[in-house]
Amino acid sequence: MLKKLLPFVEHAVKKPVWDCRMCGQCVLHSTGMTCPMTCPKTLRNGPCGGVRENGHCEVKPEMQCIWVKAYDRTVSLPLPKVWKEHYNELRPPVDMRLQGTSSWVNLVTKRDQQTPAGWSVGEN
Amino acid sequence: MSILREKLENTSEQVFTAEFPSIDGGGMVSVEKNAARLAPWFDAVNATDNPAAHAHTSNTTTAIAMQMHGLEAIMQIVCRDKNRLAIQSDMMGAALHGITNISLLTGDDVTAGDEPEARRVFDVDSAQAINIARIMATGQYLSGRKINPAPDFYIGAVENAAAPPCDYRIQRALKKHRAGARFLQLQICYHPDRLEAFCRGVAEVAPDLKLIPTVVLMKGAKGLSFMNDKVPGIDVPVDTLKRVQSASDPSVEVNKLTLELAQHALTLPGVRGLHITDFRHDDTLAIFMNDLGRTPKRQG
Repeated sequence: MLKKLLPFVEHAVKKPVWDCRMCGQCVLHSTGMTCPMTCPKTLRNGPCGGVRENGHCEVKPEMQCIWVKAYDRTVSLPLPKVWKEHYNELRPPVDMRLQGTSSWVNLVTKRDQQTPAGWSVGEN
Repeated sequence: MSILREKLENTSEQVFTAEFPSIDGGGMVSVEKNAARLAPWFDAVNATDNPAAHAHTSNTTTAIAMQMHGLEAIMQIVCRDKNRLAIQSDMMGAALHGITNISLLTGDDVTAGDEPEARRVFDVDSAQAINIARIMATGQYLSGRKINPAPDFYIGAVENAAAPPCDYRIQRALKKHRAGARFLQLQICYHPDRLEAFCRGVAEVAPDLKLIPTVVLMKGAKGLSFMNDKVPGIDVPVDTLKRVQSASDPSVEVNKLTLELAQHALTLPGVRGLHITDFRHDDTLAIFMNDLGRTPKRQG
C-alpha cells in the first residue's frame, strides 16, 4: 500500500517545485537543488558544449541551461558543504527500471546506489 | 599502439588532428581521395558519428575505411543515437578492426539536424560513456561480463572551453579525465582569453591530460557569422567579426585571424597540438600548415 502511495506523494511534492520526472534515483542535493532530468539531453554529469552565450539551452533557447543554474546555485545557496562537494562527482547511468518509483524508498533501501558490476572497476 | 597515443604519451612532439569529411555515397574512392589529402598533414583524423545530427555513413565503418587507406582514425561516439549496449558494441567493433582511439561526446541535439522529429537517446552521458570505455579497457563490459583480451583503448573526449558556465569547464574536464579520458579535443574558440584560462586551469588540476584546441579554416566573414549564429556553443566576439567584415580582403583576414588563434593556442600550458577543421578543401590547408612551420609527411 505504502509502496503505491509514496510515489504519488513524492511526485505531488517534487513536481511543482523541481519539475520532477520521477527517475527514482534523486540527485537534487548534489546538483544545487536543480533536476538534471529536466535537461533535454537528461545529462547527469554537467553541461554539454552547446550552452549559448547567454547561458541558455541549445535545445530550448528560452530556457536557462539547467547546469548553469545548478552551478550558480551550488556556489550561492547555503547548502551543506558535503552536498556542494558532491557536485563534481561522477554520477552513474540512470537505472531505467526505477522510473516511476519513489526515490525516497530507494534511498532508504539503498536501491538507488546499486550500479552495474563493472561501473566502479579500478575507479580513479 | 596508435600513433596518436605514442606521440602524446611517449614524446613531446606536437600532434595534428582533423575531421574526416562525412561520406554520403561515392564509395571507397571518396574515402581514398580524402585520406590522400589529409594523410600528409595529420597524425590521426576523427571519424565522426552523425555530426550536427545528420545521418551519414557510420562512425565505425568510416573509421575502418580510413585505416584501410593508411589514415589513423579517432572514432567518435556520440550519446544521442545509441544506448549503452550500442555504444559498447561500437567500441568492440572498432577494436575488432584495430581501431583503438575512441573519443566520446554528448553530441548535438536531434533538433540541430535535418530529422528533428527523431527520438533522442542519451541513455548515458559523455562522462558515463568515457567511464564505460575505461571499464572495457580493463577487460569487461559495464555489466562485469569479461572481455578477453581487453581492448587497448586510447580514450579521448571533447570540451568547450568558452561556453557557460566557463568557470566550471575546468572541473568538467577533470571529471572526464578521472573517468578515463587521456586527451581532450576542444571546441572551436574565438575567445583566446577564455581558452587560456581553461588551459591554465586544466594544466594545474590535470597535468597529464593532453589538450588539443581547434581552429577552423574558412572562406570569409560569412562563415564566421554563420558559426556565431547557428552553431550551438560557439560565440564570435563582435570586434572579431567586424575585423574580418571590414577588411579589404576578408578571405585573407580570416586566415590571418585563424593563424593568430592557432599560434596563441600552441603556447598554452597543457596544449599538445591542434585540431583543424577545414571547410575549404583547397590549398588553404597547405599554406596554413606551412605558416605554422609544418612540412608534409612523405607518403610511402
